[in-house]
Amino acid sequence: MTVQPEMLTTINGRSVALDQIPRHDVKTFQHIVRREITGGQRAVSFFGAESGQPGCTDLFILLANDEYSELNILSTRIEGGQFPSMTPDCNQLHLFEREIAEQFGLKPEGHPWLKPVRYSGSSIQPGTGDFYRVEGEDIHEVSVGPVHAGIIEPGHFRFQCHGEHVYHLEIALGYQHRGVEKAMVEQPAKRALHYAETLAGDTSIGHATAYCQVVEALSGCKKTVRAQALRSIALELERLANHTGDLGAIANDIGFLPTASYCGRIRGDFLNMTALLCGNRFGRGMIIPGGTGYDMDDARIEELQERLSDGEKDAANAIELLFETPSVLARLEGKGLLPQDICKTLGIVGPAARASGLQRDVRHDQPSGIYRFVQLPLSSWDTCDVFARAYVRWLEIQQSIDFIREQLRAMPAGSIQAEIGPLKPRHLAVSLIEGWRGELCHVALTGETGAVTRYKIVDPSFHNWMGLAYAMRDQQISDFPLCNKSFNLSYCGHDL
Amino acid sequence: MTNIFIHIALLLIMPPLLLGVINKTKALFAGRRGPPVLQLYYDLIKLARKGVVISQVTTWVFTAAPVITLTAIMLAGLMVPMGPFQSPVAFTGDLILFAYLLALSRFFTTTAALDTGSAFEGMGAAREVTFACLSEPALFFALLVLAKMSGSLVLTNMLHAPLAAGSQASAASLVLVAGGLFILLLAENSRIPVDDPNTHLELTMIHEVMVLDHSGPLLGIILYGAAVKLFVLSAVLLHIVFPFQSGSALLDWSLFVLEMLLTAVAVGVVESVMARLQMRNVQHLLIAAILLCGFGFVLLMR
Repeated sequence: MTVQPEMLTTINGRSVALDQIPRHDVKTFQHIVRREITGGQRAVSFFGAESGQPGCTDLFILLANDEYSELNILSTRIEGGQFPSMTPDCNQLHLFEREIAEQFGLKPEGHPWLKPVRYSGSSIQPGTGDFYRVEGEDIHEVSVGPVHAGIIEPGHFRFQCHGEHVYHLEIALGYQHRGVEKAMVEQPAKRALHYAETLAGDTSIGHATAYCQVVEALSGCKKTVRAQALRSIALELERLANHTGDLGAIANDIGFLPTASYCGRIRGDFLNMTALLCGNRFGRGMIIPGGTGYDMDDARIEELQERLSDGEKDAANAIELLFETPSVLARLEGKGLLPQDICKTLGIVGPAARASGLQRDVRHDQPSGIYRFVQLPLSSWDTCDVFARAYVRWLEIQQSIDFIREQLRAMPAGSIQAEIGPLKPRHLAVSLIEGWRGELCHVALTGETGAVTRYKIVDPSFHNWMGLAYAMRDQQISDFPLCNKSFNLSYCGHDL
Repeated sequence: MTNIFIHIALLLIMPPLLLGVINKTKALFAGRRGPPVLQLYYDLIKLARKGVVISQVTTWVFTAAPVITLTAIMLAGLMVPMGPFQSPVAFTGDLILFAYLLALSRFFTTTAALDTGSAFEGMGAAREVTFACLSEPALFFALLVLAKMSGSLVLTNMLHAPLAAGSQASAASLVLVAGGLFILLLAENSRIPVDDPNTHLELTMIHEVMVLDHSGPLLGIILYGAAVKLFVLSAVLLHIVFPFQSGSALLDWSLFVLEMLLTAVAVGVVESVMARLQMRNVQHLLIAAILLCGFGFVLLMR
């Protein structure tokens, strides 16, 4: 008799047979998850899937062991309509459990704040339900959105304030729900790439890469090195454009005009470099299953090198001015604190986590593609404030430029396309990508015929919105837009 | 008589130009082309032709406030002399009326904001009156210095005092008062570093958030009134910063217009080179204005 292992260990960008994933009873499952999360692993994804048996739902959890660059998978089968909530012990699961509750009608018993994440069917509108309230004579409630004064995405924010002081912020999202996860399964496979590209408009390349990696893992496709290098160049260009834009937006929010307008233009320059790669400023059509849609000849490599140098110079001018101006530093330092232990508890990812001193970066911890061969230094800062989140972006801008340069200098030869075979039946594939906002996680399950039966997406915004809510505690309400910009989270990435 | 006409004409026509100059200066610093200098005039014409949406929860205060505010500012503008010329309205004690006309305009702007019952507007109104508690004493200290210097309680004579005095004894006070009044100019007209006139973020606004619910001609009146306020306070400041007189009326009027535009450029430069203050630090700046004007007074009494 063989003893069933507790978890199946795999690495980023691989697929595993569904039958190999250990399935435990709920109690053992929760015991293992609790132990591993308290032991330092973090939940990358936690989702439900149809089990095929009536009245039963399978729950899968993916835990990342960043120290060993491993991913652990385990599952359980829930019978009936409820399961004990793990949120009280593992706070980072709170939103995942709420999601499971609304997608599969399973009630996490003992969940401290069970509310809809996006919608539940057609009858419940987003942003409804009770909001956390602070009672008292002098307390007042400020509600902002979902319609805002600027042209931004819809989200509802409830502040509990005492004068200008914020005690609590609750964020209600879900207005942008389009049903992408369902569409990825139900629509013809050809369309899936386009759904991935438009998951979050500013992370086209990131999500497309994550999707393609899932397909490649399921079909056992071996990408060429050249395709991997091109993909990483596109991904880093996306990071450059967005980080520059963010720094400009932060400058704009504190009314520091020079950096605000220059960064706006430089962002455009970086987007145009992406257009040089593939003809589209947001990189649509660049990443396709099996490789990339476009190749680079020597002339274009040279032109990109040149433009990159110009962009680097301009960005350095504009951004160093930002960090050298005392009135700017006075606005950024000490604002919107997100302590490291809270970051860990909430499972924050991306630059926001690195700004709190966490060494957390998929390119480094769970490398896939070209990042397996080229080590990127991790950029982090430990002041946990708006300044840190801005400064980490600036560090990453410099590193991404160096990285792209290095890739262009030693561009591997070869083709850019590899054959995509049929998808393996009854498999699960995981793909993690460090998008500019943080970790993107795509998971796909295939059925007996090899068709995708469940597609699960976790955008970094899904982890990080709670971080923003926390960072606003004991802040001035007038600093909210600044804190918000320092996270710059996606609404549609969260709402899917 | 001609001078009075020119005074009124400038007061009516020139204010929106100042904002155009400020925005052009800011655009230059930011490496942009910027909106046309006359943009605010175009905006006002556009707004005048639009309809008005009025919330059902508001009362007459909401519609009356912009008009009363503009009227109060205009009256105040009639009391402030431009350059070395006499102001159209002058009587003993008019400085009190001047200060309270400014207060009246603020009272109605904030009341109209509260009238809408919106959380944002209430927040803006609270901020506005909090900061006014600090900016008004600064104004009174500045006026006190001028009254002491001129030995008069007529605004025209007081503001012409720096021109007449020119002695070393009062120079130090005037420098301090000029500093205080410049801060006041930025604060009262919701410019950076106190407020950001360009922001679209409701939660950070002071002045803009109070007028979010106004639309069409009413909004036009508010924008115009804000420009006139900038003009009037700049005119006060100019007496202290540029106490010059050429003797020729034509030259003096041109000089006044030029000085006015230079003030707008100065405001634009300040807005370009620094970030906005954190809201809880605004009072420190305003207290600095009080101290500057207050020390100016102490120096004079010595």
